[in-house]
Amino acid sequence: MTVIDISPSVMQFLLAFIVVAPLLGALAALLPAPPGLRGRNPDQAVLRHGVTVTGAVLVAAIVLAAGFDHDHPATMQATTDISWIPALDVRIHLGIDGISLPLLVLTALLTFLCALYSYFKLPAGPSPKAFVALVLVLESGTLATFAVLDLLLFFLAFEMVLIPMYFLIARWGGDQRQAAAWKFILYTLLGSVVMLLGLLLIGLKSGTFDMVALATDNGRGLTTSVQVIAVLAIGLGLAVKTPMWPLHSWLPDAHTAAPTVGSVLLAGVLLKMGTYGFVRILLPVAPDGMRTFAPYLAAFAVVGIVYGSLACLALARTGAKGDLKRLIAYSSVGHMGFVLLGIATMTPTGVNGALFANIAHGLITGLLFFLVGAVKDRYGTADLDTLAGATGAALYGRAPRLGALLAFAAVASLGLPGLAGFWGEMLTLFGAYSPAEGLSRPAFRTFMAIGAFGTLLTAAYMLIVVRRVCMGEHAPHSRLSSDEQPQQAPRTADGPQPSGAAGSQPSGAAGSPPLETAGPRTATTPQLADIHPYEAAAWTPLVALTVLAGLWPAVLLGLTDPAVQQLLAGGKS
Amino acid sequence: MTADLSTTAGSLVAQAPAATAPGTGGAAGSLLAADVPSVVQSIDWLAIAPPTLTALAALVVLVADLFLPAHRKRLLGYATLTALAAALAFLIPLRSGDRSTFCVTTGAQACSYTADHFTVVIQALVLGGAFLTVLLSLDDTRKLPAGEYWFLLLASASGAALLPASRDLATLVVALEVASLPAFALVGIKRGDRGSSEAALKFFLSSVVATAVMLLGVSFVYATTGTLHLTEIAARLDDVAPVLDTLAKTGVALTLVGFAFKTAAAPFHFWVPDTYVGAPLPIAAYLSVVGKAVGFSGLILVTVIAFPSYADVWGPALAVLAALTMTVGNVAALRQNAARARSAVRLLAWSSVAQAGYLLVPIAAAAYSSDEQIGSTVAYALMYAVVNLGAFAVAALVARTHPGNRLSDYRGLYATRPLAALALGFFLLCLAGLPPGIIGLFAKVTVFSAAVDAGLGWLAVVMAVNVVIALYYYLQWTAILFRAPDGAPETAGPDTGSPASATPRRFRVPTPLTTAIVLTSAAGILLSGVPQTVLRFAAVSLF
Repeated sequence: MTVIDISPSVMQFLLAFIVVAPLLGALAALLPAPPGLRGRNPDQAVLRHGVTVTGAVLVAAIVLAAGFDHDHPATMQATTDISWIPALDVRIHLGIDGISLPLLVLTALLTFLCALYSYFKLPAGPSPKAFVALVLVLESGTLATFAVLDLLLFFLAFEMVLIPMYFLIARWGGDQRQAAAWKFILYTLLGSVVMLLGLLLIGLKSGTFDMVALATDNGRGLTTSVQVIAVLAIGLGLAVKTPMWPLHSWLPDAHTAAPTVGSVLLAGVLLKMGTYGFVRILLPVAPDGMRTFAPYLAAFAVVGIVYGSLACLALARTGAKGDLKRLIAYSSVGHMGFVLLGIATMTPTGVNGALFANIAHGLITGLLFFLVGAVKDRYGTADLDTLAGATGAALYGRAPRLGALLAFAAVASLGLPGLAGFWGEMLTLFGAYSPAEGLSRPAFRTFMAIGAFGTLLTAAYMLIVVRRVCMGEHAPHSRLSSDEQPQQAPRTADGPQPSGAAGSQPSGAAGSPPLETAGPRTATTPQLADIHPYEAAAWTPLVALTVLAGLWPAVLLGLTDPAVQQLLAGGKS
Repeated sequence: MTADLSTTAGSLVAQAPAATAPGTGGAAGSLLAADVPSVVQSIDWLAIAPPTLTALAALVVLVADLFLPAHRKRLLGYATLTALAAALAFLIPLRSGDRSTFCVTTGAQACSYTADHFTVVIQALVLGGAFLTVLLSLDDTRKLPAGEYWFLLLASASGAALLPASRDLATLVVALEVASLPAFALVGIKRGDRGSSEAALKFFLSSVVATAVMLLGVSFVYATTGTLHLTEIAARLDDVAPVLDTLAKTGVALTLVGFAFKTAAAPFHFWVPDTYVGAPLPIAAYLSVVGKAVGFSGLILVTVIAFPSYADVWGPALAVLAALTMTVGNVAALRQNAARARSAVRLLAWSSVAQAGYLLVPIAAAAYSSDEQIGSTVAYALMYAVVNLGAFAVAALVARTHPGNRLSDYRGLYATRPLAALALGFFLLCLAGLPPGIIGLFAKVTVFSAAVDAGLGWLAVVMAVNVVIALYYYLQWTAILFRAPDGAPETAGPDTGSPASATPRRFRVPTPLTTAIVLTSAAGILLSGVPQTVLRFAAVSLF
C-alpha cells in the first residue's frame, strides 16, 4: 500500500536529493545571491534561501513518505548502492525502512520550522549567511545519518554535524557559549572516535561495512568477544551522543548556551542519532555483545530517568536560580533514559516504544525549546526565579495563548495519555516487564518500577514549572502598554530585524519593566506580545503531530514494528 | 663476503658517473654481459630519470647563477620550477612500477635502484612537495642568495627522490645525506639572522648525530650479514649465527634510531620547533613534508624490506614511538601561546610532530600483520602533504602582511580574505580529520583500521584520544579565522557580512602564492570527493 505510486528510480532520486540538497544549498548560501533573488537586503535573501532549501527538502521527504510502501516497511526502499572508496570498501548505500523514515521526516520538518522561525527572528550574532549555511550542513549530516546503510558512511555523517553545531553554539549562543561549545564538540568527538574503532572492528572481522548484510548475518560471523568489545566501543560513542546518564554532562551546558534554533535541533534530531545507532547497528549486528551489556545499559538508563527528574526538581525549586533551558535539557536526559531502557529490553515491544519515544521527544522537546526561547525573548531571561518573581510569571494572564501552549507542551512531556509522550513511556515500561530471553527478569522489573517512579517525578517538576511560569498574579492595569502591542507585533513579524536589537533586549516586550526590580510586583504587570503569526506557523505542526501521534499511535507503530521484528530476528521475519 | 663487497662497490662506482657523465657505461656493459658475466651493471636511464634530472638541474642552476645579471635572477626560480615539473612528468612512464636497475649481475637477484609503485608514489610526493615549495619561495627569495637557494633546494629534492628507490644500505645513506646536507644550509640561509643560524646549527648537530648512529647501525648489520642489499639482508638475517645475534639486533635498533631522528619521532623531535621557526617559511614547509617523507620512506624500507625477521624488535618499538610522538606533539601544540611571535609556524611544527606519530602507526602495524599496512602510511602522507603545504601557503600569505605570524594575526582573516580563510579552515579541518575535510577523516580511518587490523587496540585508543586533543587547537585556529577582526564588535549587526563595511588593507597577492593555494585546495577538495585516488594505495601491496 502506498499513498501515491512513485517509480523506484524517482524514490532513489528523492532520497539522494534529501541528503545532498542541503549541502548544495549550504554552498549556494555562501555565494552572493543571483539577480532576481536579491530580496530586500542580502540577509533577508539568504534567510529566505534557507527556508526555500529546507522547504524543498521537507516536500521531498513528505513525497518520499507518501511513496513509501507501507505494506513492507521492513524492506529497504529507495535504495542506492554505488561504490565510493573501494580501498576501504565504503559504498554510498542509501535506503530507508520503517525505522528511519519517521526520523527522516522529523528532521526535515524540524529544520524547516527552524529555518522559518529564524527567517523572522534571527538569533543575535554575526552574519546570517554563515548561520544558514551551518544549519543546512547540520541538516544534511543528520539526514545522512538516518539514510546511509554503510558503517563508515554512518560515521562520516555522524561527524558531519559536529563542526556546524560547534559554530552555532559558539557564535550565536548566549552566556558561556565558548566553554559549552568546546564541551559539546570534545565530548562527542571522543565518543565518536571510540565508536569508529568499534565500527572498524566489526567491519574488519566480518569483512563488510554494509549494514544490511551485517544485520542479515545477525552477528553470526562475529565471535562473542569481538561483539562485546565492539558493543562497548560503539555503545560508548552512541551513549555520549544520546546522552546516557554519566556521560550527559555536556548536554545541559550546550542547551543553555545554544540559540533557540540550535537547542531545537540538538534536542529534536541530534540526540536521536545516538539512539538510532543503537537500534540500527548494535541490536542486529552484535546481539550477543548487546545481551551482555543490556542490563548495564538499562541500569544506567533508569538512573538517568531518576537523575534527570531530580535535577529538574532541584532546578524548579524556588531560589535555585534554575535556567528553564537547562531544566528542559535535564528532562531530555530523563526522556532519553526511557528510550535507552526500551532498547535495552531487546524485545519488539521495548524497541518500538523506544522509537516512538524518540519521535515524541523530538516533537515535544522541540516545541518546548521553541516556547522557552519565546519566553526568554519576551522576559529577557530564562532564569526561573527572575521570571517567576514572588508569585509566578503569570504567562496565562500576560500572554494567554503562549501560556496555554507551554502548559500543553509540559503535560505532553510528562506523558499524559492521549498525547505523544504517553505511548513511548508505556511501551518501554511494558517491554521492561518481560525482557528478551537471556536477560534477568527480576532486574528488569526493578528497572521498570524505578522508571515508573521516574514518570511521577517528571509529572512533579513539569507541573511546578507550569505553576511558576504560567500562573501567578497578573494585574492588567496598564492598558497603555497592551495598546502598544499591535504596533510592535507587525514589526517583528515582518521580516528579520536588526539582530542587535533582537538579542540584547526582549523583543516585542519593550514595554515590560526591567525584571530584576520586579520582585514584589505591586502595580502593573504589562501585557506581553502573544504568539506572533510566524511563531504559530512554526509551532502548529508540532502541536498537531503531538496530538496525532498520541491519538493514533498506529501510524508510527505500523511503520516501525515490522522493521523492528526483522532487525531483532536477524533478517528472517 | 669479499665477492659481495666488490659487487656493492661496483654498483656504487656505476652510480657515481651516472649523475655526471651519461651514456658511456650502460650500453657497453650490456654488450659484454652477453658472453661473459660482467660485474659492470646495466643502467635503465628512464627509471633513474626523476632524481637524475633534478640533480642535473641543480648543477645547471648553480652554473647559470654565475652568468645571470642580478635583475634576471628570477629566471632561476622558473627554471627550477620547470625542472621539477619535468621530473614529475618522467614519473608517468614509470607508473607500471616494474623497473629496476643497477642489479647485481652475478648470483642473487638484487638491485640497488627499484622504481616500484612505492618509489613512484613517494617520488611524486617529494617532487610535488618541492614544486609547491618553489611556488611558495618565488617571491620570498629576493633577500636570499637566489642561485644557492635554488641549487640547494634542487639538490635536496634529488636526494629525497633517490631515497625511496634505493634498495641497498649504501645508496640509502648517500641519498639521505644528499637530502639532508643542503637542508642545513637552507635553514641557515637567512644571512645575518641569528635565529636562522641557530636553527641551522641545532638541525645540523642533531642530524649529524643521527647519521653517525645510523652508520654505526648499518656497519653492524653489514658485519653480521655481509651484504648491503636490503633483500639479501632480509634473507640472511633469518639465520644469523647465535654469536652475532646481539650485534644484529643492535644494528637494527641503531639504524632505526637514525631514521627516527629524520622523521622527528619523539624523543628525537626537539629540534623541530626551533628549526621550523628559524628557517624561511617555505623551507619549514619543505621540511615538514619532504623531510618527513624522506624519514618515513627510509624507515619503511629498512623495517619492511630489510628487517622483517626482526619484526618482534621494531614492531613494539615503533608502536611505542608512535604513541609517544603523537602525544608529545599534540600536547605541546595545545600549549602554544597565541600571542607569541611566529606562533602559527610553531603550532604547525608541533602539529607536524604529532602527524608523524600517526604516520608511524601503520609501519608498526606492519610488524604484526602484513606489509600491505604501510600503504596506509603512504596514503596518509599524501593527504598530509597536500593539506600541510596548503596550510603553509596560507601562512606565507598572512606573513606578508603580518611578519610576526602570530596566531592572533589570523583573527578576522575571513573578513579580509574570505577565500584564503576558507582554504585554511579546510586544511586545518583536514589535518584534524573532521568533515568537511573528508579526505583527512578517511586517511585517519585507514590508519585506525591498520592498527585495529593488526590487533594494536591500545595504540588505536591512544590515537583516538590524540585526535580529540588535536581537534582542540586546529578548531581553535579555525574559529579565530571567522572571528570579527580586531576593533570591530563581535556581535555586530547583520551587515558585517558584506565586504563593503570592512575595508582591509589589501596587498596584491603574488601569482605563485595564489597558484600554490589554489593547487592545494583543488587537490584537497578533489581528494575529498574521490578519496579513492590516494586511499587505493592503502589496499594494495606497493612493493
